[in-house]
Amino acid sequence: MLTHVTPDTSPGTNPEILVSLTKDQVLHIAMLARLRLAEQEFDDVVAKLSRIVEFVDQLQAAPTKNVLPMAHPLQQTQRLRADVVTESDERDAIQANAAMVRDGFYLVPKVIE
Amino acid sequence: MVGQSTNLHGLTLTAMARGIASGDITSADLTAQLLRRVSTLGSELNAFISVTEDTAMAAAALADKARGSARRGKLHGLPIVHKDLFCTRGVRTTCGSRMLENFVSPYDATVVERLARAGAITLGKTNMDEFAMGSSNETSYFGPVRNPWNPALSPGGSSGGSAAAVAARIVPAATGTDTGGSIRQPAALTGTVGIKPTYGRVSRYGMVAFASSLDQAGVITRTAEDAALLLGIMAGFDSRDSTSVDHPVPDYVAGLAAPLSGLSIGIVRQHFDAGLDPECAARVREALSVLKSEGAVLTEVDLPHLDLSVPTYYVVAPAECSSNLSRFDGVRFGYRASDPRDLMDLYCRSRGEGFGAEVKRRIMTGTYVLSAGYFDAYYLQAQKVRQLISEDFRKAFAKVDIIAGPTAPTPAFALGAKTDDPITMYLNDIYTIGANLAGLPGISVPCGFAGRLPVGLQLVGAHFAEERLLACAHQYQQLTDWHERKPESCA
Amino acid sequence: MKAGWEVVIGLEIHCQLATRSKIFSGASTAYGATPNVQACLVDLGYPGVLPVLNGEAVRMACLFGLAVNATIATRSVFARKNYFYPDLPKGYQISQYELPIVANGEMMIRGEDGTEKRIGITRAHLEEDAGKSIHEGLGQYTGVDLNRAGTPLLEIVSEPDMRSAAQAVTYLRKIHSIVRYLGISDGNMQEGSFRCDANVSVRPAGQKALGTRTELKNLNSFRFIDKAINFEIARQIGLIEDGGQVVQETRLYDAERDETRPMRSKEEANDYRYFPDPDLLPVEIAPAYVQKLRESLPELPDAKKTRLQSQYGLRPEDAEILIGSRELADYFESLAGTTAAPAPLAANWVIGELSAALNRDNLDIGHGKIGAAELAGLLNRISDRSISGKIAKEVFEAMWAGEGSADQIIRKKGLIQITDSAAIEAIVRAVMDAHPTQIADYRSGKDKLFGFFVGQVMKQSGGRANPEQVNEILKKRLSDAR
Repeated sequence: MLTHVTPDTSPGTNPEILVSLTKDQVLHIAMLARLRLAEQEFDDVVAKLSRIVEFVDQLQAAPTKNVLPMAHPLQQTQRLRADVVTESDERDAIQANAAMVRDGFYLVPKVIE
Repeated sequence: MVGQSTNLHGLTLTAMARGIASGDITSADLTAQLLRRVSTLGSELNAFISVTEDTAMAAAALADKARGSARRGKLHGLPIVHKDLFCTRGVRTTCGSRMLENFVSPYDATVVERLARAGAITLGKTNMDEFAMGSSNETSYFGPVRNPWNPALSPGGSSGGSAAAVAARIVPAATGTDTGGSIRQPAALTGTVGIKPTYGRVSRYGMVAFASSLDQAGVITRTAEDAALLLGIMAGFDSRDSTSVDHPVPDYVAGLAAPLSGLSIGIVRQHFDAGLDPECAARVREALSVLKSEGAVLTEVDLPHLDLSVPTYYVVAPAECSSNLSRFDGVRFGYRASDPRDLMDLYCRSRGEGFGAEVKRRIMTGTYVLSAGYFDAYYLQAQKVRQLISEDFRKAFAKVDIIAGPTAPTPAFALGAKTDDPITMYLNDIYTIGANLAGLPGISVPCGFAGRLPVGLQLVGAHFAEERLLACAHQYQQLTDWHERKPESCA
Repeated sequence: MKAGWEVVIGLEIHCQLATRSKIFSGASTAYGATPNVQACLVDLGYPGVLPVLNGEAVRMACLFGLAVNATIATRSVFARKNYFYPDLPKGYQISQYELPIVANGEMMIRGEDGTEKRIGITRAHLEEDAGKSIHEGLGQYTGVDLNRAGTPLLEIVSEPDMRSAAQAVTYLRKIHSIVRYLGISDGNMQEGSFRCDANVSVRPAGQKALGTRTELKNLNSFRFIDKAINFEIARQIGLIEDGGQVVQETRLYDAERDETRPMRSKEEANDYRYFPDPDLLPVEIAPAYVQKLRESLPELPDAKKTRLQSQYGLRPEDAEILIGSRELADYFESLAGTTAAPAPLAANWVIGELSAALNRDNLDIGHGKIGAAELAGLLNRISDRSISGKIAKEVFEAMWAGEGSADQIIRKKGLIQITDSAAIEAIVRAVMDAHPTQIADYRSGKDKLFGFFVGQVMKQSGGRANPEQVNEILKKRLSDAR
């Protein structure tokens, strides 16, 4: 549970929230999520996402002034672990699942920094 | 009756356990029979993604050999199946996705470990909506699952394969997971019992994450008694899961005997509205009458924010899943696009090709509601509404012990019927989602038929009230025989 | 820096905490292992795995907070920072966003003009380190090693309170010293356990508004930090004076060319989509826990320096050097406490001979060849005038080479100082008799010849005559002769 108080987000304070998504927005989201959308699915994705956003938009009207956001359903706090090494080298077994490995490294196309 | 019975599949898990303990049944016989049904019925229903015939038979043989041994677990020699969302060492875990089509986990989920330690034998991994996202088991890369009551219909989802396998008497029990109703709703649509425990009751370690603050592991069985047996083994603190609760696990089986008399049951005013199929409504009301006739007291309760539970869920769950699924990038495991041009191409195509449409939609929805400029209006707002919904339940449970009502708004629907408008599909979870948002336990119990299709009664309790839910369900099953009806095809 | 301009510098330090296991898993954090042998399933972000928090990382973060007078949050939250990069296996980094474990601290540094300056520490939070990407040696591929993924980091963020590269380096050195004093990090910049990014902007002197800042990365030594910041200051001022505008960007420091240049891969603005990590629960820290930690805080550098000065009568410059590491200061105190020699002498030896020998052999104080007790034995012989300071250096080298204790070496080499006045008188007389010309010259005013006579006496005595007595006696005899 976050303990700070956030600004009131009831309707009227956020008139700029659009209910329909533009193609550019969808492209941007797909990029953030590293999802390549095929040509033929693109329009459908825009339509369906817009529909979903429209649907969840009804949350704007909910009476949430002074309500704290709930991050976890139960009032628990984090348990601490002792600082002990418990894992051993299982690299070879684990790397059997990787498509491309060399000299123990996982390989990806070269990145230039 | 000694070992050669051909109708062992009709037995409950509890009865099978008795038979094995007494020597009337051999695990080998039982396993072989069920495996035959897996390959015939299971295949027709497309309920399975992987079948582990050889290891199962070997385990069964071992179990029979160990009969004399004093240290036998409660599930000694009993065949079950796992939803393909649970990691199983050495056996493919696909999550119903092309992304993990050939993924073999190097470790077992805690749930799998505990059931195995108790002696259970795994016959295979069941089909499911891709990454647990769906309410009809139509988003699986491995094809839809069919409802044993009518193969043109969906069994519900996302634990559709598990529900179908149990309803068709292929196996007596199957594990499932429930994030917005994925155990309870398919249980209702297939005439089986499905329980989702309190959040934190069962370890999530090894259960591939969809929405971390909502996911829980549970079981689908035909009786509350069987569910009690399994939950007792699955539940309990796990140090590998930070959200696991260190709360003692009661003897759920012993607790089944608690009588209905005096039990205070809340009926939610908002449940019985226009969205609920009238036949379903009628069956639920009849079930409530049965409970009342045994001494339960019915009271009306209010869940004023019920209507907001589906939109809340469809902000929170996608947000969490958009992040949880970022690890699927083709680098260390899973589907990897061929000949990527560069890193960006590797990511975008591996994920674009590896994930199905619903998963991509949810990832994008989640990315959107967390993104700069939208976080406050959507994600933060949804978390606040979640608080409101939880508060509604808290107030209700100050008045009543259990909340009872329909599990699903309609009986099983046609495969392909609801795949056009995502919202129509999402609304299937209207009655189940609240329990996930508030972390409450819920169980669905068969309570009659709408035409020839099963209807489920849902019972929801306060945190850690599994015992009470199981007892109420069990008592109800002592008074009714809905759970003994079986689909024609599955005699 | 050019007149009429002011620079504003803020620093972000990523300090690896010296836990044995990772922050969220039980894999080892040991440096230098072969690729991916210390990356367990949790570190690799495998499907179904979950993080569990290492209590030692929490303790270390709290210790830091106490050492910089900060507030320890009674409740802090882990958040996910979402972005894609090969060395980030989950596609998100578990970090802290809105509720960090430590906030509102401070560090006092001495500015160039000698005055005390307060540098605010906005926050320090816990997060997991990413793995390493290797871009060379694998053909057209980049190799990913996730051994480092999951190592606990404490990210320390300063207020933009520094006004010169020198202040930035001073602040960094102090933080570096503190984390080592607390034993929470080995602060090894070459190995990457203490990494620094600098945010630099310039503005006309007197202007309140901040200029556009750039972020400098890849600064892995104090020297480079100084050079990089100074380069960047000059670059920004030059750019603005030429009519250009500073672009907000991330720049790498190229040590070979001594310049900063824009980093290529982080061009698009990242939307990290922070949200509280649902796999982890809020961390609650009880006041009683904090109090116990406070009581266990070791003496920090500033306090130690003050005490060394007053307790041992040391000069500030010497105390400053001795507090350079806790081990060095401890060595000094052990030495000063054991030897009969005065503390300032002990300090000189530690700062002088001992440090020189350690540097020469590339050893740290913990692995030096002469322990405090042994060195005390040597200093005692100086103090009781058995040997001169000069001879002592000879003995020191022999001890360092493992030839034995001070007494053993002095005895073996017959190095006992000659302090018998009669004996020295005899040598002086012999030297004076042997050099009548020089005596004559000295008498006629060539005072510099005094040194010649001293040299001759020392030579005759095999270096063992007590120098003060030689001086005294020579002075007397030579003036008698005048």
